[in-house]
Amino acid sequence: MKFLSDKALERLRDGAETPDLAGTRYRLLERIARGGMGVVYTAEDENLQRRVALKVLNVPGTDGDLANRLTREARVLAALEHPGIVPVHDVGTLADGRVFYTMKFVVGKPLDKFIESVASVPDRLRVFLRICDAVAFAHARGVLHRDLKPANIMVGPFGEVLVMDWGLAKILREEVSRNRSEADPEATVFEKPKQANIASDATDISAVTGHGTVMGTPGYMSPEQARGEVEHLDARSDIFSLGRLLRFLLTGKPEVASIPGGRRLDKSLAAICAKSTAAAPAERYPNVQEMALDVSRYLDGLAVGAHRESIFEKAGRFYRRYRFFILLIAAYLAMRVLILLFMHR
Amino acid sequence: MSEEDFQPGGDRFPLTRRSVIEAVRSIDVEERERALETLCAAYWRPVYKYVRLCWKRPPDAAQDLTQGFFLELLERELFDKFDSKKSRLRTYLRVCVDSFVMNEDKAGRRQKRGGNALHVALDFAGAEEELGATAMDAALIPSPESLEEFFEKEWVRSLFALAVGDLRELCAARQRERTFHLFESYDLEGSETISYQQLSKEYGISVADVTNALAWARREFRRIALERLRELCGSEEEFQREARAAFGWDAK
Repeated sequence: MKFLSDKALERLRDGAETPDLAGTRYRLLERIARGGMGVVYTAEDENLQRRVALKVLNVPGTDGDLANRLTREARVLAALEHPGIVPVHDVGTLADGRVFYTMKFVVGKPLDKFIESVASVPDRLRVFLRICDAVAFAHARGVLHRDLKPANIMVGPFGEVLVMDWGLAKILREEVSRNRSEADPEATVFEKPKQANIASDATDISAVTGHGTVMGTPGYMSPEQARGEVEHLDARSDIFSLGRLLRFLLTGKPEVASIPGGRRLDKSLAAICAKSTAAAPAERYPNVQEMALDVSRYLDGLAVGAHRESIFEKAGRFYRRYRFFILLIAAYLAMRVLILLFMHR
Repeated sequence: MSEEDFQPGGDRFPLTRRSVIEAVRSIDVEERERALETLCAAYWRPVYKYVRLCWKRPPDAAQDLTQGFFLELLERELFDKFDSKKSRLRTYLRVCVDSFVMNEDKAGRRQKRGGNALHVALDFAGAEEELGATAMDAALIPSPESLEEFFEKEWVRSLFALAVGDLRELCAARQRERTFHLFESYDLEGSETISYQQLSKEYGISVADVTNALAWARREFRRIALERLRELCGSEEEFQREARAAFGWDAK
């Protein structure tokens, strides 16, 4: 038996992992990222002569059922048409049985790099609201992301915010294809699963990321996800990740409550983070819209639902919101007082 | 001979998706022995190197312990206690090796076992040479995590080496020796600077032919390695986990 050096092992791993795209319309360019579920490459679509991101899912073997499920998952994701969700262009199977799909190739910066150049809290919150829009849209279509973290959010050169890497996504119900065909009669209608399959869809996908299997990113995944309770996950699991993401945007770290420099986080924002990252799902926001609404209210200088204010906090917020008018009135009154004093001399 | 007909391992043990864990618990003695040989072929090198480096045993003692360990696996029916839901086979075997070495120490036993008892050629001299070529320093393996890491690395090396051997057989069976030589030159021995163009000149074929040959060889290597791995795992879930470990998919 031939001895394999460490270098040979690495080459064999790389070689075995490199997708063989013979017979497809894609030409492999380079590897750009590696995630829990697969490796992302850049490739050229030779028919349309455009660059795409090609993700090969790391599910070994040529199990037909598994390949079918992953293909169906890619189809569901392809139907999530939203400006904040990276569109899936194509899905296929490699000669070795691995499933791949191609997506729009996004040029931009991941969120953690992007916020280095954005100092203002309101600007960061506006980026956060756009993330919420995309996630809320996916939830409305019955899709959970399950791996929301700064590395999976890209901000494009024109400020567009895109939620990437739906490789760990869980399909709660397969309504996407139905909704899509209703909304757009000319749209491609994907094969709808039979009724029995719809009911068992959550467990179907769970076979890939099965019950008891922990997949996600520590620091961002919810406690129930960390415990591997795949079948019990719902929108509130993503809300937990969004809460950690919000805290990251405000403090630079997902689990820190103070801003760099030692200042405490604003109480309303801290309360939003705390509510969305509560250990018990029942204590979190019931849906992303409500969380986003609280953030919007904060941006508008209104009271947030997550925090009951004291009278002083209310006064402070009232002052911050109407500072211009209050200062204007104060200046007017001060001037009147000065005039009165001057006249009485 | 079609791809599907090829069964690496030749006529000794047909490679199917049936797990050796099941086979080793079989009441059929012949099937059990064949399964043990398959396990032994995949694990004896990691076990030997583990005993040598982590238990710091001299070569002759490590050889004796390695053979004794695999015999004990069969004799004491240790596989009956293995539960693939609770642990990986690899981890279970490593823990069994630890217990076995400790028990042998306590009992003060040192019996010379026949080298042919397992019907698997154990090339201890080759394994010693490999140890010399391994960059691993025994002094750097003090923690349980690094023990596991060392055993895993040697297990992957052993698995890949067996798969390379199977690939060689496959290439020979299909008169694709040149493909194997290309694979050997580029993926097994290749330096950082070797290119497809150099290989095309060396073998007098086009760069496209080199690309296609290497793509085929890598695809087959991957298939064979995964088939072997599937056979060595007790469940589909364990297989998925081990495939991730072997191919480094979890590595960031």
